Amino acid sequence: MKSALSQLSFARPRTLEEALTLLRDEPLVPIAGATDLYVGLNFGTLKAQRFLDITRLEELRGISVTGDRLVIGAGTTYTTIMHSASVRAHWPILADAASQVGGVQIQNRGTLGGNVANASPAGDTLPVLAVADAILQLRSAQSQRAVPFNSFYTGYRQTVLRPDELIVSIELPMVEGKQWFRKVGTRAAQAISKLVMAAVRTEAPRIALGSVAPTPLRLRRTEAALAGGSSIEDAIGVLQTEITPIDDLRSSEAYRRAVAGNLLRRFWAS
Amino acid sequence: MSVVGTSVARKDGIGKATGAAKYADDLSIPGMLFGRTVRSTIPCGRVKRIRYDFDTTGFTIVDRRDIPLDGRNVVALIEDDQPFLVERDVRHVAEPIVLLAHADREKLLAADVIIEYEVEPPVFDPEASTESLKTLTIDKGHLDAGFAQADVIVEGTYRTGHQEHVYIEPNGVIAVPEDGGIAIFGSIQCPFYVVKALKSLLGPKAHVRVVQTETGGGFGGKEEYPSMIAGHATLLALKAGLPVKIVYDRTEDMIATTKRHPSIVRHRTGVKRDGTLVAMDVEVILDGGAYITLSPVVLSRGCIHAAGPYRCDNVRIRGRAMLTNTPPNGAFRGFGAPQTIFAIEAHMDRIAEALGVDPVTIRERNALVPGDTTATGQRLTADCSALPVLREAVERTDFRRKREALRGTNRGIGLSLFYHGSGFTGSGELRLASKAALELTDHGVRILVSSTEIGQGTRTMHAQIVAETLGIPYEDVDVAQPDTTLVPDSGPTVASRTCMVVGRILQRCAEDLKRRLGDLTPAEYYRAHGPFTIVREHEPPGWIQWDDETYTGDAYATYAWGCDVVEVELDADTCEVRPLHLTAVQEVGKAIHPALARGQIEGGSAQGIGYAIVEHVAMRDGVMANASLTNYTIPTTLDTPAMDIVLLENPYEDGPFGAKGLGELPMDGPAPAVINALRHLGVDLSEIPATPERVMSACGSR
Repeated sequence: MKSALSQLSFARPRTLEEALTLLRDEPLVPIAGATDLYVGLNFGTLKAQRFLDITRLEELRGISVTGDRLVIGAGTTYTTIMHSASVRAHWPILADAASQVGGVQIQNRGTLGGNVANASPAGDTLPVLAVADAILQLRSAQSQRAVPFNSFYTGYRQTVLRPDELIVSIELPMVEGKQWFRKVGTRAAQAISKLVMAAVRTEAPRIALGSVAPTPLRLRRTEAALAGGSSIEDAIGVLQTEITPIDDLRSSEAYRRAVAGNLLRRFWAS
Repeated sequence: MSVVGTSVARKDGIGKATGAAKYADDLSIPGMLFGRTVRSTIPCGRVKRIRYDFDTTGFTIVDRRDIPLDGRNVVALIEDDQPFLVERDVRHVAEPIVLLAHADREKLLAADVIIEYEVEPPVFDPEASTESLKTLTIDKGHLDAGFAQADVIVEGTYRTGHQEHVYIEPNGVIAVPEDGGIAIFGSIQCPFYVVKALKSLLGPKAHVRVVQTETGGGFGGKEEYPSMIAGHATLLALKAGLPVKIVYDRTEDMIATTKRHPSIVRHRTGVKRDGTLVAMDVEVILDGGAYITLSPVVLSRGCIHAAGPYRCDNVRIRGRAMLTNTPPNGAFRGFGAPQTIFAIEAHMDRIAEALGVDPVTIRERNALVPGDTTATGQRLTADCSALPVLREAVERTDFRRKREALRGTNRGIGLSLFYHGSGFTGSGELRLASKAALELTDHGVRILVSSTEIGQGTRTMHAQIVAETLGIPYEDVDVAQPDTTLVPDSGPTVASRTCMVVGRILQRCAEDLKRRLGDLTPAEYYRAHGPFTIVREHEPPGWIQWDDETYTGDAYATYAWGCDVVEVELDADTCEVRPLHLTAVQEVGKAIHPALARGQIEGGSAQGIGYAIVEHVAMRDGVMANASLTNYTIPTTLDTPAMDIVLLENPYEDGPFGAKGLGELPMDGPAPAVINALRHLGVDLSEIPATPERVMSACGSR
């Protein structure tokens, strides 16, 4: 552990209102599952010293169906999500994604809101939220606003979330059509994505990729090409212009480009 | 009663299962400081200036000037070339320069040491390096005459990467000032190697005691490196006059400590139309890293195994280990053999393809049988089992039929045939002159050896051999914690020798003791006559003849034999290689403890699968760039195939109950079997790991 733990402290509110008040008065880093946070502490890369423990906030937990939306509390764990009958009924690929995050211990602690807030382009659930056109409910002590998931990220690990705001819930409008998900990790489990793809086969197909750009990416022009009757090979050509993958420790640009095309072909043939 | 051959409860099982077992980092000694190593950040150059940019109050600071006057700044091993602390020249990233100790870990980590360098251009490519750490040649017959008989000549170049040990417990020791000298408690494979290194550091007359604490895996990674970390803790402890603990975190352990040597192996092979090998010309190049350390002996074992378990009258094997500006590569399960066996076994499938025969036929035609000679001219006897393991594996997997049945699918099947020499090479065991002892206790006997339990089952297996020989219950045999002031030097816990060699010495001790006891049990004898200890020295078989100059003769007292069959599935979209099933038929002489023997084979095979497919050390500018368990991936259970482990027993007459060495053998087979299974699928790859990125490139160029 490279970080000096003796310098760290956290506040532990009992209600959402209390949490938002604390957040209004002081910049605190929210902790839910802390699964990404511990990695940063271990490597000494996380500079923050004051935290807000939101794990006790019942208001942030739970899964419900409200009208035509699946509503998931931001503090809901992957384990809860993957076992939820509602999720399996309406967004089965979110259950798939949750079941492929890290290992069992991570799934028991990690939360959907944390995956969103951590803002990694490799987040396993994020392409699912992108194709769902999910809505993020953000709250501060003063206000509440709804932000489309696909407008949430502004750059690599940058979001529109203000320091005094918490993500309270994630709403997934229901959709017709076959859902498709594939994670390509560095191994069969306990892996970070080299590439992750979610898609829905509707009249207007929806396609999103992770780990191919600074943010999770909805492939609007590829979707339009397929919706407009382009051949799959032409659509793959469009896809190649939409993604900007890089060489990194986990894979290469060339591999990511090739696999992105292959997965699109596989989805379209499915 | 039969203890040997039974899977009795492990001696260390309850302690490890309940958490009672104490590892180095579990121990705390009053007054203890924490130590930290400040390391070079350049691969090649010179230290110009060191600046301490922090309040040094309460710190103990050590540099090269703190080496005692009677001692030497050198980690004594094969050659005296690696310093404990940089004198002036830096040869690799992460080379130790300054040591710090403080009672407060956070203050210790926050201390900022600024080092200025004069930078020189590094060498990272072993083939571009002009400095060899060791060269050797094995010559048998007449190469030209051999090639003259050949109908076909097949050439190939094979490459393997670094591999990280990923023992679950990182390197760590505690140094405690004691009797004017030092006591070391730590995670150590070879306690007497540490004694030798510390006596070089402190002077030959210094008091040095080394105690092995419970050790969470080694795989060779705690063979030579503990001498370095123990030296560092010693220097800090002696300067501070207080105990000092140094335990690496995973990143430091991966960046600074040894890895498996990367290799380039070139084969040029002459073969007759009927498949008979008539000439083998092999070039072995190992990337040694920045210091000699163990590279000469890794190269030696690698070269001796480079012709594979095959009969050929005309062989030349030329090896060289080259200096590069990376941390020294070192001991790792298999010790050079996994690299060269990967090459020859991938090459054999190419030869088979060139001749239009199947992989089994080419091996059946050439596999060593009793009476044949190896590349070094060693004549094999009845304990040679190349054909039995091959036939068992082929029959059990229905290999030929399956190979046909899978054609045209996304599955492939491949095999590898391999052997591994047990114990030290050539006259090594004679030079070691290992000792073991048994002492009576009030309830039985206690084993005194410096062989370490590092998870593989040393204590259990030794106790079984002693109990069986004495005819006493297994529970009446204790095993002493290795403490170099209390146990004799049984040699290092390496080279698949702990059962075959040290177990045999213990068997002799027990035989002598049994004669002495007469009709009494050990406890009765103890009560009647008081304490008694018997010590014996290893007696290598008299027939072993070995010439270190010409590399000819009996390279090993015996060999263990293996044949692995691996079935893989290739994902057409992602080029991921999934191992579906592995059959490992391994002939080990005698399985003293069948469950532990299977455990060794399962674990070694998983490590071999990792080596073949997922374990990729990304070296950038001479340093491991993916030094974390997140980015250096080893196989999880889901990446490990279902395994069918078959133990065959063809006794080695001078092993305890016929046992041969087993620890390293299973590491040799999986990688070539995977590559051959890919070849069966049409993927022409000659480099491991077979990452999806590499497989995709190979598929693209098809």
